[in-house]
Amino acid sequence: MDPDLLRIFGGLFLALLAATLGGQVLRWQFSRGGSTAMIERLNARIRGWWVMIVLLGVTFVLGKGAVVLLFAFASFSALREFLTLTRRSRADHSTLVASFFVVLPIQYVAVWRDWYGFYAIFIPVYAFLGLPILSVIRARTDHYLTRVAQTQWALMIAVFCMSHVPALLVLRIPGYEDRSLMLIVFLLIVVQSGDLLQFVWGRLLGRRKIAPEVSRSKTWEGFAGGVLSASLIGAALYWITPFTPIQAWAMALVTAAMGSFGRLVMSAIKRERGVREWGHLIEGQGGVLDRLDSVVFAAPVFFHLTRFFWQSAGG
Amino acid sequence: MTAARDSGERGGIIRRIVAQITGLAIALFARFITSPRVYYAAPPHPDRQTVYFANHRSNADTVLIWTVLGAATRARTRPVAAADYWLKSPLRKFIGLDVFNVIPIERLRENRSENPVEKMLAALETGVSLIIFPEGRRNESEAPLLDMRPGIYHLGQARPELEFVPVWIENLNGVLPRGSIIPVPLLCTLAFGAALRVDPDEGRDAFMARARAALLALAPEEVRDGS
Repeated sequence: MDPDLLRIFGGLFLALLAATLGGQVLRWQFSRGGSTAMIERLNARIRGWWVMIVLLGVTFVLGKGAVVLLFAFASFSALREFLTLTRRSRADHSTLVASFFVVLPIQYVAVWRDWYGFYAIFIPVYAFLGLPILSVIRARTDHYLTRVAQTQWALMIAVFCMSHVPALLVLRIPGYEDRSLMLIVFLLIVVQSGDLLQFVWGRLLGRRKIAPEVSRSKTWEGFAGGVLSASLIGAALYWITPFTPIQAWAMALVTAAMGSFGRLVMSAIKRERGVREWGHLIEGQGGVLDRLDSVVFAAPVFFHLTRFFWQSAGG
Repeated sequence: MTAARDSGERGGIIRRIVAQITGLAIALFARFITSPRVYYAAPPHPDRQTVYFANHRSNADTVLIWTVLGAATRARTRPVAAADYWLKSPLRKFIGLDVFNVIPIERLRENRSENPVEKMLAALETGVSLIIFPEGRRNESEAPLLDMRPGIYHLGQARPELEFVPVWIENLNGVLPRGSIIPVPLLCTLAFGAALRVDPDEGRDAFMARARAALLALAPEEVRDGS
């Protein structure tokens, strides 16, 4: 195993250990028996990170195929969560079956086999045109556009965008061969720490709300603080990436900003559908989309910027 | 030994092991597809003899309740189900009688040789719990709940200590609409309500109205308001 990867996971392990201890001390001090919702939420968050770190660590040891499979399963769960909230009619049954059991596997096989020219357009072009045809054959026109549009959106978010995380593994960057797992680590650390720091900065000096109808807790101050601090964390991690410190800072800035806005967009959908969480995969922590909403928005942008500027010309 | 046969002790040891494994596989598959979330309005008492009564919109309703009950409880719980469906083919017969251990009921009155309530009472005599869909058929209407048949009232009258737990199943009809074979993975929710008992001097209509209200109270607001 790459020594840098061990260092990163060791560091994450220690950081999480400290966070867990801190969370338990806070709980013991202020929230005995689970009385303070904010502290309980924080602790649930920390438990969620443990799950993520352990899953990632195990799949990283097992290799590329396991990582692709992990995110394929995340896509499956996310798609299940998303489609549960969309408008469906009985006529859509075959479209939905095709989304889960044809489109999703094809996308991930294409990522795994590194057919870039195919997986970059498969859902935006072929699924986009093909699935409405499947739906129209059943000849139900009530809310037709709503139904096909929501299914397409679900596939874009839950499958297409999500698959760009494992797609980082197949980028060919000169002098960075066999280290592409680090790009996933970089992306996840920047986005997740951006989420957390935005929350912290928002609590400390949040004043002006970004979109009061969507979220009462998200403020411009929290956004700026979160994104800037996450970009500094990204810059500090330049040694695991193919980037220079300045480049790592800029990449982290864009990635964290996309992640934060993504979170806001996904909150708006939850708000419209009248739910607080997407799902319930892990008890007390919501669903896959609650944990990965920001990652899903940041991944394709991070992937394409990296590919455009760093992949060798022949790639 | 019809009693032994009726309580699920069918076939040899191999057949029972295969039935056990099939049951676990079915439960695992149901969880994979629906990731069921279970709410309890009151703390559950799996040790008490219970009649779970639920709304019926999908063929998979029985499977889902059976799955979320957990291995220990479902070994002591028998779904009341349509004989014409479960006795149709050898495979269905195996899954119906050996895995789910259903109590087959003839839906058409003219085919009945025994009274369904008496058949259920005979099963209750052996100490098992029941899963029952009082609507008697799948609800394919816009209404949240069809009329409920009074079978559960007669059970409660005959056995006043029996507890009736309402179970509202949400979203499963989207998973497996009529006529489809492949289920769509969608999240399902099961809400278990507080247990009811038939009061000694309670009339049929009063109890059935109470049971109906208890079941509907578990439905999501937008479903209830659709009535």
